[in-house]
Amino acid sequence: MSGKRAVIAGIGHTEFSQNSGRSTMQLAAEASLASIRDAGFSPSEVDGTVTFSMDTNDELALIRSLGVPMLRFCARTRGGGGGASATVQLAAAAVESGQADAVLVYRAFNERSGHRFGQPVQANPDPVWNWASPFSLNTPAKVYSLTFQRYMYEFGLTNEDFGRYTVVARDWASTNPNAQFFERPITLQDHQDSRWIVEPILRKLDCCLESDGGVALLITTAERAADHGSDAVPILGSSAIQLEGGHEMFAYYHEDLCEYPEGRILGEQLYRQAGITAADIDVAMIYENFSPIVFLQLEAFGFCGRGEASEFIKDGHIGRGGSLPTNTNGGLLGEGYIHGMNNIVEGVRQLRGTASNQISGAEHVLVSAGRSGIILGR
Amino acid sequence: MTTVRPPISDFDDAFFWEGINSHKLLIQQCGDCSVLRHPPTPICANCGSMNNQASESEGNGTILTWIISQHPTEPDEEPRIVILVQLDEGTRIVSNLIDVAPTHDQVLNDKRVEVCFVDYDGTILPQFRLAEVQS
Repeated sequence: MSGKRAVIAGIGHTEFSQNSGRSTMQLAAEASLASIRDAGFSPSEVDGTVTFSMDTNDELALIRSLGVPMLRFCARTRGGGGGASATVQLAAAAVESGQADAVLVYRAFNERSGHRFGQPVQANPDPVWNWASPFSLNTPAKVYSLTFQRYMYEFGLTNEDFGRYTVVARDWASTNPNAQFFERPITLQDHQDSRWIVEPILRKLDCCLESDGGVALLITTAERAADHGSDAVPILGSSAIQLEGGHEMFAYYHEDLCEYPEGRILGEQLYRQAGITAADIDVAMIYENFSPIVFLQLEAFGFCGRGEASEFIKDGHIGRGGSLPTNTNGGLLGEGYIHGMNNIVEGVRQLRGTASNQISGAEHVLVSAGRSGIILGR
Repeated sequence: MTTVRPPISDFDDAFFWEGINSHKLLIQQCGDCSVLRHPPTPICANCGSMNNQASESEGNGTILTWIISQHPTEPDEEPRIVILVQLDEGTRIVSNLIDVAPTHDQVLNDKRVEVCFVDYDGTILPQFRLAEVQS
């Protein structure tokens, strides 16, 4: 591997909770400092940042807490959680091109105790909502359900099929001390007993766990990481796909409503960059704001065929002992919803051999945020 | 009583909402290459023209997908059926299906619908009813 290759050298995060009791800036700063130290770096060596366009923590305010004297690269990703893995793509591009030596990626919010994304929109955030909110399409659960319904209709699925994913996620979470649902596994009946959010598509336990917390990554080159003694994980592929007419929420205008075209193209890009195929992925971390989005991604990335995800999950592939252990931290439904960034931390841990639910011999991990993704590997 | 959040129209979609106020379902159409597009854009992605015209839709289409919108913990809110319609002209639009009970024990996918216009306390919206002929 070239010494110029980008690596994730450090990971850091706060606890994931329903009420952090402190500012989002503090969460960002705590996670950032932890990731810098984890990499064996000093804050004075950080010279770049990447966060989400939605993040409320200003770069300059953050570096005043960290002791980072200068930035020469600042970038932000478009959209919401779909950009989670794109943060790594931008940071990797910066260090591989020489625009920066050490890029701090961060995301922090009080998404449960503060502004909750799951609540109805109060004012149209941008003009695209004119084609939704006047018609009562005013929450993420409803907006996404409008595509999930066609998928259920086409393949004859019921909400129980989605529940089988949640049962697996909660099983993984039950043995992960960082998970908010640590030691709280559920049965399919528990899932079916949870209240409807959008009947008959989503129940409460199909929805991600709105959370408070912060996550950070320190990204640099392989040779710099080696100089610092970091336990670094190489980034073998990174990409983010946006299609004309596409949208992370209002995915209503592409030809086949039962597929995730950005994910399909993303998978092709990532496999080509990493020089592997879907069969080589040992652990999949798949962004799930709602359980059905896992089904669409399993199919988009070629782990199973079109309409086959429910059987794939029913057959035990994504759980303990399965062929594709998926969301081994409990995912965003089980560990917490830090906008997908905590799934990247889990991917790094799986390759370091330090995950709570360690998959032995894991060599390739896919971390997908649907339309952005990375392949990490040893 | 259905409470409607009114659209906040801007330069690019003002023609659409003005059309709705006149009970016309307009689809943006390029004045040069004639391609239809929705939601509207300021420039035609097909030919680069800014000669933006509008074509009145016949208002006939097919339901691709649908949900019942109802707040899970506020039962007083009026449930509405939200639909994604494939218009016969080729573009798609999100709207509501009216005059059909909002129950989930029915199949509305692929049903034929036709547009109508409803005034919700001063906000006129394009809405759809099931077409009499289902073919």
